[in-house]
Amino acid sequence: MSASEPLLKVENLQKYFPVTRGLILQKEVGQVKAVDGVNFEVAPGETLGVVGESGCGKSTMARCVARLLEPTAGTITFGGRDITHLSRTQMREVRRDMMMVFQDPYASLNARKRVGSIVSEPLDVHNIGTEDERKRRVQELLEIVGLNPEHYNRFPHEFSGGQRQRIGIARALAVNPKLIICDEPVSALDVSVQAQILNLLKDLQKEFGLTYVFIAHDLNVVRHISDRVIVMYLGQVVEYGKSDQMYREPKHPYTGALLSAVPVADPKLGRTRRQIVLTGDVPSPLNPPTACRFHPRCPRFHDGVCNVDEPQLNPIGSDGHLAACHYPLERWPMDEQEMRSTVAVGAAE
Amino acid sequence: MALLEVNDLSTSFRTDDGVVKAVSGVSFKLDRGETLGVVGESGSGKSVTFLTVMGLVDKRNSIIAGSVNFDGHELVGAKASQLREIRGRRIGMIFQDPMTSLNPVKRIGWQLQEAVLLHNDVTKAEARKRAIDLLKEVEIPRADQRIDDYPHQFSGGMRQRVMIAMALINNPEIVIADEPTTALDVTTQAQILKLMRRLQDQHHMAIIMITHDLGVVAELSNDVLVMYGGKVVEQANVDDLFANAEMPYTWGLLGSLPRPNTNVERLDQIPGQPPSLLRPPPGCAFNPRCEYVMDVCRRELPELTQSAHGEGHFFRCHLDDATRTRIWQSKKAALSEEAA
Repeated sequence: MSASEPLLKVENLQKYFPVTRGLILQKEVGQVKAVDGVNFEVAPGETLGVVGESGCGKSTMARCVARLLEPTAGTITFGGRDITHLSRTQMREVRRDMMMVFQDPYASLNARKRVGSIVSEPLDVHNIGTEDERKRRVQELLEIVGLNPEHYNRFPHEFSGGQRQRIGIARALAVNPKLIICDEPVSALDVSVQAQILNLLKDLQKEFGLTYVFIAHDLNVVRHISDRVIVMYLGQVVEYGKSDQMYREPKHPYTGALLSAVPVADPKLGRTRRQIVLTGDVPSPLNPPTACRFHPRCPRFHDGVCNVDEPQLNPIGSDGHLAACHYPLERWPMDEQEMRSTVAVGAAE
Repeated sequence: MALLEVNDLSTSFRTDDGVVKAVSGVSFKLDRGETLGVVGESGSGKSVTFLTVMGLVDKRNSIIAGSVNFDGHELVGAKASQLREIRGRRIGMIFQDPMTSLNPVKRIGWQLQEAVLLHNDVTKAEARKRAIDLLKEVEIPRADQRIDDYPHQFSGGMRQRVMIAMALINNPEIVIADEPTTALDVTTQAQILKLMRRLQDQHHMAIIMITHDLGVVAELSNDVLVMYGGKVVEQANVDDLFANAEMPYTWGLLGSLPRPNTNVERLDQIPGQPPSLLRPPPGCAFNPRCEYVMDVCRRELPELTQSAHGEGHFFRCHLDDATRTRIWQSKKAALSEEAA
């Protein structure tokens, strides 16, 4: 594999969950399109951030990539190898290079196992080293993530939330993976602890040349850690680009609304800034809106276009910045009024 | 006189391992229509402080000292019946997790009506009407139909709106909101905060906003209490706090926040864990995590001192004025540098 080749390439990934009725016949009455045609690439050593509201399919997408869920359609290429249809045994081999860190450090560690055996589990599964070597490796890992190696024999409940997340990270690092998929790793933590974990992830990336897929709903966290970001809405990617660029000049109105929703830790700036507050919740993926899925909540909604014609993910500007919108934002920041008024001009034409 | 005046409030719990001093010597004032932000990590005593204010701490295993004066009534040591009169009617509360604070087997309407019927001499029909009005006010679509739904039929944001409606249903003078938006998406959080601001303007109520998110505090508060290890370590007007923070813990909180317009490689983290309140470190509770720690910090608890920057600005720190100003100026420059 050459250096320019992506480590992970996902093409047209779909995951539909069937909705059934009846106990015996299980007649299929509909489909929840949790992930509907997602494409992206991650280069080695890069961090790809994934943001979106709850229910937008970001976790389902991650689980499909790790093959914890069977994708309905699409191709996943990892390290130059198509892993979409590998069997369980073949997949086991791949999983040495692809680990996951989960959101809830309280639920993702087995409460009845000692830290030592939790962290060494990947080593056991893959039959790496002798018992002695494993123990030494676990102690080394605990030290790497900033825990006391003597805590080897403790139980998860003896640790705080931040420390448990460190245990989860140590477990993911155990087999020297190339890619770590982090599914909301800091969402359940206090800001000060969150900063510790983010710094740790960055240090580990530098030290071991790791590649991350980093899922979060906090935009500031995603921007801080990511090189590129995808914004998801109802199972689809609405914007994809370099993180600096996307945060400076978002093109999709949804990205704009997400950015302006984040509270600003500066009272003066907070009072004067322009905010777009979206109304309503994310619509049900069982019956998503037609054409552009964002149109019922969009301040730039244009009748006859947005609800008829589905926008494609098209390049806008430079540097591979993509957005799926008929009326991409011309500048930023904007407030709701400005967004609307631009639409009115478009309608008059 | 202030609407709520808390003086030297302390709450300790008797446990098998010893006495836990969850809150010690907390004092503050709150006026009508004001918003007080309370920040701190988990275990800093912010929730217990306000559970004590509301009289919701179990008296059998706790020791409460100090005074809570609400509009002329002393709440510490007040009779349960007197507290019931105030709670839910004059002081409302919004809890963090709307999943667990709503009864899953009762309809939304029943739960809202209960709050009205408990405190007012009205018929069921009147209570129902009031419940529908409130649901409309918190922007629940088709409120007259949704009132007969169960909590599981609502989304997270809608459940939190129901919690707000329940807290507001008797037009309280104070609403205590304990992490009301922590479990929500940013977009929903923005909706809820906007709603709370609008309702505050309309009803002129005071809000106490307990959170660990300094962004939320900056957006909503007039005054801020920063709590650490059960004590107030800094209190100030919101603008003053963000412009002239005096205490290393506050600096740490401000520095550990990833910001939208900055490009720092590493966040300014606070090392270590919050202290155990069972055996707190001697002296300043923050000393084991403080990068500017001196010998005196390990021996003596710094007094709550008046800051040179503002009338109501107090902080606890042994560092001398010149050093503190120098450190903060450099930190502040680093925080806002990239924003330019």
